[in-house]
Amino acid sequence: MTDSNSLLATAQRVVARARGDEQIEAYAARSKSTEIRAHNGDVESLSSAESFGIGVRVLVEGRQGFAYAGSLESAAVDEALVAARDNAEFATVDPDLVMAQPDGVAAAELDLVDPSLGSFDVARKIELAIDLEARLRSIDEHISGVESSDYFDVFGEAALASTAGFAIESAATRAGLTAYALAADSDGITQTGFGWSVSRGPGELDPGTAAAAAAERATRLLGATKPQTGRTTVVLDPFVTAMFLGIVGSTFSGEAVNKGRSLFADRVGDEIAADLITLIDDPTDPAAYSASVFDGEGLASRRNVLIDGGRLVGFVHNASSAARAGVTSTASAIRGGHTSIPAVGCRALGLVPGDLDRDELYRSVGDGIVIQSVAGLHSGVNPVSGDFSTGAEGVRIRDGELAEPLREFTIGSTLQRMLLDTVAVGSDVELMPMSASGLSLAIAGVTVSGQ
Amino acid sequence: MLDRDLVEAAIAVGLSGGADFAEVFVEDRQSVSAFLDDGRVEELTSGRDRGAGIRVISGETTGYAHTADLSAEGLRHAAAAAAAVSRSSSNPETVVLAPSEPGGTTVVTYPETVPKATKVAMLRTADDAARAASNSISQASARYSDGRRKILIANSEGVWATDDQVRTLFSVSCVASGDTGMQTGRESIGHTMGFELFDEFDVADLAERVAKRATTKLAAKPSPSGELPVVIKRGGGGVLFHEACGHGLEADLISKGASVFKDRVGEQVANPDITLIDDGTMAREWGHFSYDDEGHAASRNTLIENGVLTDYMWDHIRARTQGRGSSGNGRRQSYQHLPMVRMTNTYVLNGREDPDEIIAQTPYGVYVAQLGGGQVNTATGDFVFGMLEAYLIEDGKITEPLREGNLIGNGPKVLHDIDALGNDFEMGHPGMCGKDGQGVPVGDGQPTLRVSRLTVGGTAA
Repeated sequence: MTDSNSLLATAQRVVARARGDEQIEAYAARSKSTEIRAHNGDVESLSSAESFGIGVRVLVEGRQGFAYAGSLESAAVDEALVAARDNAEFATVDPDLVMAQPDGVAAAELDLVDPSLGSFDVARKIELAIDLEARLRSIDEHISGVESSDYFDVFGEAALASTAGFAIESAATRAGLTAYALAADSDGITQTGFGWSVSRGPGELDPGTAAAAAAERATRLLGATKPQTGRTTVVLDPFVTAMFLGIVGSTFSGEAVNKGRSLFADRVGDEIAADLITLIDDPTDPAAYSASVFDGEGLASRRNVLIDGGRLVGFVHNASSAARAGVTSTASAIRGGHTSIPAVGCRALGLVPGDLDRDELYRSVGDGIVIQSVAGLHSGVNPVSGDFSTGAEGVRIRDGELAEPLREFTIGSTLQRMLLDTVAVGSDVELMPMSASGLSLAIAGVTVSGQ
Repeated sequence: MLDRDLVEAAIAVGLSGGADFAEVFVEDRQSVSAFLDDGRVEELTSGRDRGAGIRVISGETTGYAHTADLSAEGLRHAAAAAAAVSRSSSNPETVVLAPSEPGGTTVVTYPETVPKATKVAMLRTADDAARAASNSISQASARYSDGRRKILIANSEGVWATDDQVRTLFSVSCVASGDTGMQTGRESIGHTMGFELFDEFDVADLAERVAKRATTKLAAKPSPSGELPVVIKRGGGGVLFHEACGHGLEADLISKGASVFKDRVGEQVANPDITLIDDGTMAREWGHFSYDDEGHAASRNTLIENGVLTDYMWDHIRARTQGRGSSGNGRRQSYQHLPMVRMTNTYVLNGREDPDEIIAQTPYGVYVAQLGGGQVNTATGDFVFGMLEAYLIEDGKITEPLREGNLIGNGPKVLHDIDALGNDFEMGHPGMCGKDGQGVPVGDGQPTLRVSRLTVGGTAA
């Protein structure tokens, strides 16, 4: 679609300018995206965009500097290199600060590009967004409106070159449909539900699935009331589990461990979770939405087991956090695009599924609450202290069957307790448009705060 | 920022398909960020982003394209892409652009004129102060950042507006460790102003406050659960209004039927003591600007007056549909984003009560000294917000510290349940408001107030 040679060539030109005592890493990225929002059977908005930029990291005598430019023109790239060098002057000397070195691990063969995206006509993308909205409006008489019905796609490519000898290129495509449905009861009380379909390319997108999920989530909350305060078992819906895993994953960052910000810093080898729990970070799984061949420093992605049968196996590291901890990188450098230096984090988390399908899992729980969505994960969960409190809505499970809907309550516990109090792991794995996959997860002894 | 003839040509291309409206938004953003963690200055980052977004409206449909290529060719290409949504063709009219007074001229010291060494030295000052404040502090980090955002907006209605927005921010976060585990504290000071920010605010004081907050929480006990009276300290809880009703008063959500406040203008939606303002003109505050990202001058808008809903917030497109003017609330994260209705500085005016009396007259409840972020579902009105620093109120006195958690309530109900409003108004901390994947800086403020019942998301019975 675009001339990717120029990305790597641009990065390599920067690296070639390294002075004798300098290490340089240049990360150049470009993306092309389309976003379409449908409303009332027509296009409400259509955005098409191409963005690109470069981030330059300089390491000289143990000091690091970084600068970026939202442009690949040579003047802007030069300016970024000059600024990165200047910025390094002000950093603290740190002998553990290193750039990744090639480690011989072979790159996984991952097919992350759907070439059909390039030839998929805008008119057909528009049809998908409009079709999604039409299906949603007609699927159930209680659907009172559609807050959003969106199509998106993105073709992203990146190149990384460094004085350590990396010269890599990668590319990936993604496409998706997302919908927010509004449902109203006879009193005009509104509930909402979110549905999606994501894939590597537009051909596999399924507006029917996205519409049905959004409609079901919205309509099943009609008539929801506030529960009584008390302790109960909650079943996190796959979408909520994926968000929960994202927070749990942050406690396994080698950088958080090094800096005394991880709950589990001194716990390697300990039973930190129920034995049902095996947690793996595997960006080489081609099915993962966030699968990728390389990490943010150019190392080949690999499968890292974090918790094995409840026992803490280890942490994830990039080159610098590994050097400080005296271990080797797990290829867990993450980058938020060309504007930031590589950090440390999990890249494609997932729990090994259990044996119970969703209905069997509800039956095994007997009495509890399915948590369909949560709000305020950023404001009520502290991954350092482990305190966990979040707004929630969902559906009561009574005698193993779904019963009345519930809203305007919170669920509270601690991350430490929630891992240990897990009583069932579902077999219903769902891929999510985020860096963790989900499944139904039952956790006992959670405080429900309502009336 | 860009020659008038280039801009006029791009608008003409935008209109060439018979569109009703075409707009060119140009942005040039420079930023510097310095980060200290674990006792080391780990990162000094500088960045530059420059580009243009072109918006074309034809009937009910908006086309948008952006480019980092500001040449005549780059702009023409983007304008043609945006204009692809147009369905008819007509002869473009000639647009006469009328420049308005440039915005953003109050900065005393532009941050780019300050040596990097001075900025880095402040990180050290904060780190030293945090670690000196308490023996329990086991980790500290500090971040300095500044950003200068020059924008130009020109459109087919003749608008030509420029603004120069400078924001400066300093944040500290600490971890305290003890027998009870780890606790954290964090706070930021940030204003729409230059480096003169630090003539008024001392980063050592900030660091000390944050360190003490983390240390205090080591003794915190689990928050209660269930419905309780909640007193929120002045300046600590403007986010309550941002979530409880601010988002629900955004005209784009109203027009989709996705707000519990739809069709309620003129109704008593809150306690009669409540007057809620959204005010982009509030100089120096975090959500301030001279022109919004559609070229409309910032404005002070009364949303709720004496408890009565008076108006929503509007951007260009929603206002045009209603045949009225924008309220200056059209904002976007960057040139890569479509503008939409956003808050600016949102605050509640003073009531009459003595804040100490409000606490004294609360037999049992929760006192929140600092709220964290929040989130709202505007369609149901249910919203949450986090307690970063909270205490129990027993017999009218503030007693033990509480662990973190969320509070949950329903916006329309909470507005009526505010049963005490203090006379001690203060603006709060700088915030970043997220909506539809876009973040923009916002401010908030309120006097000390009490909500007669809110659901506290703790773990204690």
